[in-house]
Amino acid sequence: MKVLVPVKRVLDYNIKPRPRQDGMGVELSGLKMSMNPFDEIAMEAAVRLKEAGMAEEVIAVTCGPASSQETLRTAMALGADRSFHVESPADIEPLNVARLLAAVARRESIQLVICGKQAIDDDSNQTGQMLAALLGWPQATFASAIELDPLGTMRVTREIDGGLEIVSLRLPAVITADLRLNEPRFATLPNIMKAKKKPLDLLTPEQLEVGIQPHLQCLQVFEPPARKSGILVKDVEELVLRLRNEAKVI
Amino acid sequence: MAILVIAEHDNHSLKGATRHSIAAAGELGGDIHLLVAGQNCETAAKFGQSVPRVSLVKWVELDNPSAENLANLVTSLSPSYTHVVAAATTYGKDWLPRVAAQLGVAQISDVVRIESPDTFVRPIYAGSLWTRVRSLDSLRILTIRTTAFEPVAEVGGMASLESLPADHAAGHSRRVSQELHTSERPDLESARIVVSGGRGLGSAEHFRELLEPLADQLNAALGASRAAVDLGYVPNDYQVGQTGKTVAPELYIAVGISGAIQHLAGMKDSKVIVAINKDAEAPIFQVADYGLVGDLNQVIPALTQAMAITG
Repeated sequence: MKVLVPVKRVLDYNIKPRPRQDGMGVELSGLKMSMNPFDEIAMEAAVRLKEAGMAEEVIAVTCGPASSQETLRTAMALGADRSFHVESPADIEPLNVARLLAAVARRESIQLVICGKQAIDDDSNQTGQMLAALLGWPQATFASAIELDPLGTMRVTREIDGGLEIVSLRLPAVITADLRLNEPRFATLPNIMKAKKKPLDLLTPEQLEVGIQPHLQCLQVFEPPARKSGILVKDVEELVLRLRNEAKVI
Repeated sequence: MAILVIAEHDNHSLKGATRHSIAAAGELGGDIHLLVAGQNCETAAKFGQSVPRVSLVKWVELDNPSAENLANLVTSLSPSYTHVVAAATTYGKDWLPRVAAQLGVAQISDVVRIESPDTFVRPIYAGSLWTRVRSLDSLRILTIRTTAFEPVAEVGGMASLESLPADHAAGHSRRVSQELHTSERPDLESARIVVSGGRGLGSAEHFRELLEPLADQLNAALGASRAAVDLGYVPNDYQVGQTGKTVAPELYIAVGISGAIQHLAGMKDSKVIVAINKDAEAPIFQVADYGLVGDLNQVIPALTQAMAITG
């Protein structure tokens, strides 16, 4: 079984994002970029399947400009065997990413795709579900546990509002990883060195015969209305008085 | 043309999120049809008839309400609508993107403002930024952030009911079981008061010992930061923030939470925010209306007691 893990290069989660000067995007120049944290969890899940003898090969893929290749190197340092870079604009929409990924999945006869449940930049939470739909495959989103049997039936525990749900599905399928699926390993120096020699192949949307026309037009990126700053109270007594008499919420 | 709102329900009654979705749909202009699809969901469909603004409830029995089957159903209904709207909960987020992909249109996630039928504002980067986007598609598929839209009332409407043919598709995935946490407390997303704890609580025992009496006293829901979830103090569905729930109660009390932007994303629309933390530099104080710097072990029991006296 071949497992495909899509990864995305995003602004590091410790950095406070700001709108670009022209207000048409987010300022990224000169800032630290990292692999989307949920994609690290997805990658870890795939590598563990390989280590358990359930998968033969783990393939990483990213859609984005040339700089995205550094995220593929990270993916290979974390355990992916090889990778694909599909050249595309940085702000490519989830639907178009899903179309490109579907083409790669078909080309590589993928049996299982494990994605992060959302990217922490645009927070769309769409790509995995869209990919599953385009491939006509079942899905299990927000996974916190995966059990795969040798016949290709999976039981996936899903994080849902109010608790957990277990779904059963058959390969081929798409899983999206939630926070508690695993704790991703760190890339070790020897693995980072080895990753430099692993195959990284370039693809274009044209080669994949996928159109990536936009469906959305960004009109502006801006700071949301700020809360006005509050006050420090000196003790519990003052807090209770203010909540009762001023805020009138208790 | 009309707008299709997807009801979220437990087959017996509608969940609160549905009334937020209907309110959002009301801002788009047009007749509102409510889809109630599930297993033995007739009671929920009848509840839908009394929700204001809804003109028609479409009721469908699904043998297997899996993500794939729900998406196929909505995909088949969508061409007669201008918009399809669902709440950005784990239900809507699960399968609405499938509908968008099957129809070859974008989905606009987590809408917080509807500016016109084709222009929407949505948060990105954990709500640190907002983006205004225009849809270039003729059919717009939206999930809405429930806290950004005041819910319509529970009753007052008189919608007609249309039963669509039952769908017997087996589909590829199937629910095996569900483990829902039952609690006497109000639901986190609809509670008037939320008491939320973070890393500062120190342990699962401490979380319970300090926060449960306070929550009981206030009839509040309990929430948590991602750090508290990661440390195993509470289950994941307590999580408030970018990758958890978004809440906007009348009163949000953040206890021992430092206030990472990922957490603020889930609670900064609360009407009144109280932050209690021993670290005066914690970023949570920047969004708090009332901040109290102090030792949680003393402050929280004192606060619980003061609330008991206040009644």
